Amino acid sequence: MEHEAHEHVYVPQHRHHFETEQQQREAGSFGMWLFLLTEIMFFGGLFFAYLLYRNWYYDAFVAASNQLSVPLGGANTAILITSGFFMALAVWAAEVRKKQMLVWTLVFTTLFGIAFIGIKYVEYKEKWEKHHIPGASFDVSEFINPPIDAKTGKPSQNPLPPDVAQHTQIFFFLYFAMTGMHALHMIIGIGLLFWLIGRAQRGDFSAGYVAPIENFGLYWHFVDIVWLFLFPLLYLINRHPLAH
Amino acid sequence: MSEPDNTILRLPDQSTARVPKKNFITAEDGLLSWLLTGDHKRIAMLYLISITVFFFIGGAFAGLIRLELLTPQPDLVASDTYNKFFTMHGVIMVFLFLVPSVPATLGNFLMPIMLGARDLAFPKINLLSWYLYVVGGIMVLTTMVLGGVDTGWTFTTPLSTHYLNTHVVTTGLAVFVAGFSSIFTGLNFIVTIHRMRCPGMTWFRMPLFVWSHYAASILMVLGTPVLAIAIVLVMLERLFGIGVFDPTKGGDPLLFQHLFWFYSHPAVYIMILPGMGVISEVISTFSRKRVFGYTAVAFSSVAIALFGFFVWEHHMFIMGVSNYSALVFSLLTMLVAVPSAIKIFNWSFTLQQGSITFETPMLYAFGFMGLFTIGGLTGVYLGSLGMDIHLTETYFIVAHFHFVMVGGMLMAFLAGVHFWWPKMTGRMYPETLSKMAAVITFIGFNLTFLPQFILGYLGMPRRYHAYPPEFQILNVLSTAGATVLGIGYMLPILYLAWSLKYGPVAGDNPWQATGLEWQIQSPPLTENFTEIPIMDHEAYDYDWLEHKTKPEVTTVG
Repeated sequence: MEHEAHEHVYVPQHRHHFETEQQQREAGSFGMWLFLLTEIMFFGGLFFAYLLYRNWYYDAFVAASNQLSVPLGGANTAILITSGFFMALAVWAAEVRKKQMLVWTLVFTTLFGIAFIGIKYVEYKEKWEKHHIPGASFDVSEFINPPIDAKTGKPSQNPLPPDVAQHTQIFFFLYFAMTGMHALHMIIGIGLLFWLIGRAQRGDFSAGYVAPIENFGLYWHFVDIVWLFLFPLLYLINRHPLAH
Repeated sequence: MSEPDNTILRLPDQSTARVPKKNFITAEDGLLSWLLTGDHKRIAMLYLISITVFFFIGGAFAGLIRLELLTPQPDLVASDTYNKFFTMHGVIMVFLFLVPSVPATLGNFLMPIMLGARDLAFPKINLLSWYLYVVGGIMVLTTMVLGGVDTGWTFTTPLSTHYLNTHVVTTGLAVFVAGFSSIFTGLNFIVTIHRMRCPGMTWFRMPLFVWSHYAASILMVLGTPVLAIAIVLVMLERLFGIGVFDPTKGGDPLLFQHLFWFYSHPAVYIMILPGMGVISEVISTFSRKRVFGYTAVAFSSVAIALFGFFVWEHHMFIMGVSNYSALVFSLLTMLVAVPSAIKIFNWSFTLQQGSITFETPMLYAFGFMGLFTIGGLTGVYLGSLGMDIHLTETYFIVAHFHFVMVGGMLMAFLAGVHFWWPKMTGRMYPETLSKMAAVITFIGFNLTFLPQFILGYLGMPRRYHAYPPEFQILNVLSTAGATVLGIGYMLPILYLAWSLKYGPVAGDNPWQATGLEWQIQSPPLTENFTEIPIMDHEAYDYDWLEHKTKPEVTTVG
């Protein structure tokens, strides 16, 4: 942040080209909302692809979706909401100028964010081992010959014909593209959090200057909300057990 | 100044006039002061230089294309080289010239001044946008050096994902990066227009230049991310074979078309709207009248932006989309012609009974109005379903969009560059030479592209490097026209560079124009205004200007 001298300046963060500090704050938050709008359009392309292919290949999507772990996805949902809760507290802490609380809430926001990425890594690793990553080594055998359930002695899933099973690849591609893009946003966010924690520690945001915390909060909540759509769309397509 | 009665140009007495010593160009010295600047005017200059470079590279490819088409035989280059030529021409001209042309140069320079602000809302993001543009540009140049790409600028799948072994990924990444440069420009403009207007600058006192940039910015912010994701998907498909556009794996190539044209149709409005803003300013100034139907012109910009989002499927009529949706999109395509026509009619009514003078910017503006009208009306032909099936993928399409983009946008860009050149540099360009360039451009343009309408109607397909011998006469005319056009574009760069040092000193307001930018010194100070102005009159209020300048005139006289 540059500190430029100007006759209107009475707070260090004030940029010379804004008439008042309020104008600066409003411009910043307006810009952030617009940026989030571009993000919605960016993810929108993927959601559109999801809509199309889910309608076309519903059976393959159900079978592939059942491969995802609801407990892990559910845990991640809870973790992300908790992280968002700490972020909301952080904004409040900055507004009431409580430096220690701000630093700690930001630290917790970060920790829960990292936990999310950790669980995501476990999930991705499993897909890697099962050859469920789209591309040359993608393996459909599990969908054509589902494993036999030990208790019932029957297949745990409806077997899919080979051509239908191929379409699970589209599901997994969308799964990786959407959650991957989301995870990328999380990683960028975590990077920014480290920077914000450093500045909060220095006391930058404990004297009435809350715009960076506020705007980052908007970003972080946006990333949360994307996940709240991804979780049901990817994990919960058709979860009732196989009828026998 | 040879014909003082036929011009509104008023230059200060050259024996005493000086370009102000203190201005944004002289404020700081050294290359770093430019490369690290936050000043919107300096960033505009950086953009102006870089887009000019890319314009001439893209133009060179156009020259090579026309040279190959001089003869029916494929004798200059092999077919795949020819494919690379038109691809590089398209990619460079669309993403590196047309999209940033007016907004990133003139828009960047003028937007804050027109609104009475010291800078755009986010100067650092503005600079970042230029750097992203440069990175994108360098990547395109890299592609060129490595051997080029031959998908066409549309990256059509599955051609781009499965059948080509050229540098699709590098080019895609370049377009992706350059796209973010345009998103940041749009974002900066919208926030600036909403939050940085000076006291008294209500929405309906803003110059129409600002309104049209507002509309274009909405398109940049909402459309470009969709292009970004479409390009990312193409790259993933190429690199990892993920199957999203691959029919053998259940993917749908049409999905790419939908995503691509959802951006790329609005993109043509991103390109043309800022140009329309320039024309509004120029027409008003050189007919000494407020723009007729100011509100209608302002709203027609926004209407173009809104309708522009709902016409993309007209690029896909022959690709097997449903007949019913084609019908709807055909109707919507014709609707989008309405706000464009509103603009043309309102400019014509502005001219009516105005005190018209024919300075260079006005000549370019007249060129714009005629050529854009032809380009726009042929767009209506192409929007109607039966005609489209006959004409699409022929030279008719090529002629249509060159009429809009080159005849429209490039004319508007040159009108704007000439109009604001004295403001940006403090010096005047040579009037006679520039009028000649405007006329040469107009003649060269028509000679190049009118024959292409006929060629297309007769059935010559686009993107082929050979054609039946009976098309040769028209192709020779077109190539000859391209040569004339090339001279028309070379002239401004020469005399504008000359004028930087030897041009007459322009003074603050050589055109007697009303905009806030003309009420400050040229070139402006880094902070634009010594104190923030108060807007106490409507836009294009020539009475206000007369009363304002009266005391000065009496003291001089």
